Amino acid sequence: MSVLSVRGLTKTFGGIKAVSDVSFDLEKAEFLALIGPNGAGKTTCFNMLNGYLRPDAGSVKLDGTELVGIRPRKVWRMGVGRTFQITETFASMTVRENVQMALISHHRQTLDITHRARALHVAEADALLARVGMAADADRATSELAYGDLKRLELAVALAHRPKVLLMDEPTAGMAPSERIALMALTGDIIKAEGVSVLFTEHDMDVVFTHAHRILVLNRGRLIAEGTGAEIRANAEVQAVYLGGGSVFHGEAGGAHG
Amino acid sequence: MGFYFAQLLTGLANASSLFLIACGLSIIFGVTRIVNFAHGSLYMLGAYIAYTLVTTIHAGPFGFWASVLLSAAAVALVGAVIEILILRRIYRAPELFQLVATFGVLLIIQDATLAIWGAEDLLGPRAPGLDRAVRIFGEPIPEYDLALIVIGPVVLGLITLVFRKTRWGVLVRAATQDREMVGALGVNQRWLFTSAFMLGAFLAGLGGALQVPRESVSLLMDLSVIGEAFVVVVIGGMGSVGGAFVAAIIISVLNAFGVLVFPQISLILPFLVMAIVLVVRPYGLFGSPASAHGAPPVPEAPMRPLNQAGIVAMTLVVVAFAALPVVDDGFILVLAVDLFVAVLFAASLHLIMGVGGMVSFGHAAYFGLGAYAAALAVKTLGLPMLPAMLFGPLAAALGAAVFGWFCVRLSGVYLAMLTLAAAQILWGVTFQWQSVTGGDDGILGVWPASWASREVYFYLALAVTVVGLALIRRIANSPFGYTLRGGRDSPTRAEAIGIDLKAHQWLGFIIAGALAGVAGVLFAFAKGSVFPETLAIGHSIDALIMVLLGGVQSLLGPLFGATAFVLIEDWVTRLDYWRFIFGAIILLICIAAPDGIAGGLSRLWRLVRPGTPRSGRPA
Repeated sequence: MSVLSVRGLTKTFGGIKAVSDVSFDLEKAEFLALIGPNGAGKTTCFNMLNGYLRPDAGSVKLDGTELVGIRPRKVWRMGVGRTFQITETFASMTVRENVQMALISHHRQTLDITHRARALHVAEADALLARVGMAADADRATSELAYGDLKRLELAVALAHRPKVLLMDEPTAGMAPSERIALMALTGDIIKAEGVSVLFTEHDMDVVFTHAHRILVLNRGRLIAEGTGAEIRANAEVQAVYLGGGSVFHGEAGGAHG
Repeated sequence: MGFYFAQLLTGLANASSLFLIACGLSIIFGVTRIVNFAHGSLYMLGAYIAYTLVTTIHAGPFGFWASVLLSAAAVALVGAVIEILILRRIYRAPELFQLVATFGVLLIIQDATLAIWGAEDLLGPRAPGLDRAVRIFGEPIPEYDLALIVIGPVVLGLITLVFRKTRWGVLVRAATQDREMVGALGVNQRWLFTSAFMLGAFLAGLGGALQVPRESVSLLMDLSVIGEAFVVVVIGGMGSVGGAFVAAIIISVLNAFGVLVFPQISLILPFLVMAIVLVVRPYGLFGSPASAHGAPPVPEAPMRPLNQAGIVAMTLVVVAFAALPVVDDGFILVLAVDLFVAVLFAASLHLIMGVGGMVSFGHAAYFGLGAYAAALAVKTLGLPMLPAMLFGPLAAALGAAVFGWFCVRLSGVYLAMLTLAAAQILWGVTFQWQSVTGGDDGILGVWPASWASREVYFYLALAVTVVGLALIRRIANSPFGYTLRGGRDSPTRAEAIGIDLKAHQWLGFIIAGALAGVAGVLFAFAKGSVFPETLAIGHSIDALIMVLLGGVQSLLGPLFGATAFVLIEDWVTRLDYWRFIFGAIILLICIAAPDGIAGGLSRLWRLVRPGTPRSGRPA
């Protein structure tokens, strides 16, 4: 059974259908990519999945529970985490404290004034940082981190409440090619180990074809194709959308060159 | 009918002068992102210079209008000097450090004006050729008012023309929209900022000069106009010239009719309108979300726990204070209690401003609420001192709960302005509700209980302050304090990890208000009286200066800042022209140590001990 089940998702902005009747399923421990040209409706779609935007029609069910109409922070508590296209971290805190904050919120301790925040959930935070390969950076100031490290920190933060579903909006945007591959490989490992399901949007086709188990293609708000890398590459409509798309799809599965 | 029409015309004439000041303020904010507290001073300077010119040059209407324009140009030059000498050095400083710096400029201009023109109010001549009244619907309307009604829209038209048709105007508009982009396009920002500031100063000077035939020129002009000018800019939307025009008309016309219903309403009406507008439209009528924030702050270093040496040092400070009565039982104890009050007040502001990232321009409201509640509990309910003291933080927390609920829905400059409005409304109520608060006469005879001698009261104040500071420190280090800090760093991330940020900010606002109320209570019994000044803008600014002097980003900041403030104030206010000296000191600190005394000391420390870990700034 699917973890996240999306049916008939529709959103109109001033007469323009940004997203139109989109349906798909995200399976357990699946690494699912959502691709499409700029303006295809990827971000709109994303924002409707975690409560930032209310759809005009359609439903989003997490293990059978309706998410439409629920506030983002409640959606988070129900087990849907997210990372941002441009990283959002607490710049004045250390790396560990960033993860501790997510744990503090998860344990509903944000109103506590009797403890020291710095002393809470240290072991758990360090384990999460080790998971993303940042154990050595725990005491560094977040504002000193390189961009790729910030992305990994966001991943650790997003995993803190053991989400069932993780939404990653352009996780590799702004990263060097080698960093991209490392981050997606890491995400793939985490999916395998923890059984979390990941939906991500991405512009880099190498990344998509190398790492995604399955791919959804969105164009002008409509889902035009769905399938494995090979199926998508062979799809005539997809090729037409990515004009002269041959050049985009040169990356063979497993053979990403960067 | 005629009477109401006359009232409307008066309102429109006032709107024109208000627009001139407010639109200069708005342009300056739009381009430089500086909230220029000294804008009222530029207006006042314009009036004084025009007075001198008009009374020296007797050349009929031409002489008058030439004098007005010359005065505005002179003020524009003063503006250029201010921008080049001072503001240019602090554009990168924390958002509201600039406010304190411009407040320093305000103090300096005030005393400079006093030195040049003297303390007497000066009554200028009427405008030649426009010195009579015409009858409209049977009511006499001053010709000069009609001229003003024309001047406002003419200036608006000219500015719009410049903004639309010249390259410079396009750059100003672009900078208002997205300052960094303009810098990236290779525009010389220095010249753009200076010229924008000069235009703003010119308009303020023009507004002041045009007031000469209408009212006497006095040293009170700066502060009396700045509150309303802020309100107009905020209602219109920071950076929007058209918005300032609409808002100036709304405020002035409402005021003109409001006084007919309730004569004292002009004290609070503008702020009431602003509060309503901001609740409905969080960025003013024509503002955009981008207009709420100044330059992006430099990320601060993560907090480090107080080490052994720090704990020992703090204990020594407390012990040293506790030993004070051995040395002296008179003036020093009085000064020390003043210091405790200031430290607690500043630390409570730091809690919402430094930790929570919510800048309050009206924190004195909660200080004053606490002071008044305790005083009324003694005078009206006849309670003894200790139970009466409890009323202070309760009333302050209640007030902070009511106003804070609205305030946490805004951010940046708009939040700051709504806190200002809240404080101004409370001040107005206190000032006018004579039967309960005693109005301007205040409440007298709020002395400590008979068992509390000067020495006992000193220890009580010391104990309360130490407990209060320990509590604030505890909160700052707790999960709750971290949640506030997180919300300040990134509201998006806070919401994305399931935090109801507004609720936490509201609670933080209430706690900070209650603690300010405690400081107010200590103040009331130390002075034996309470006056409306405890809630006034000036008192809120005092607290801001203390926090910013000490350094917003350090928990020790408010301690240093309040101590420096109280000591400097105590010394300086005995001198002639103390405002000038005080303003100069403020500017010196702003320019030499933009991260405050605590930040300056730690930088000094790193120079002496290069091995100490650097703060979290990118190298």
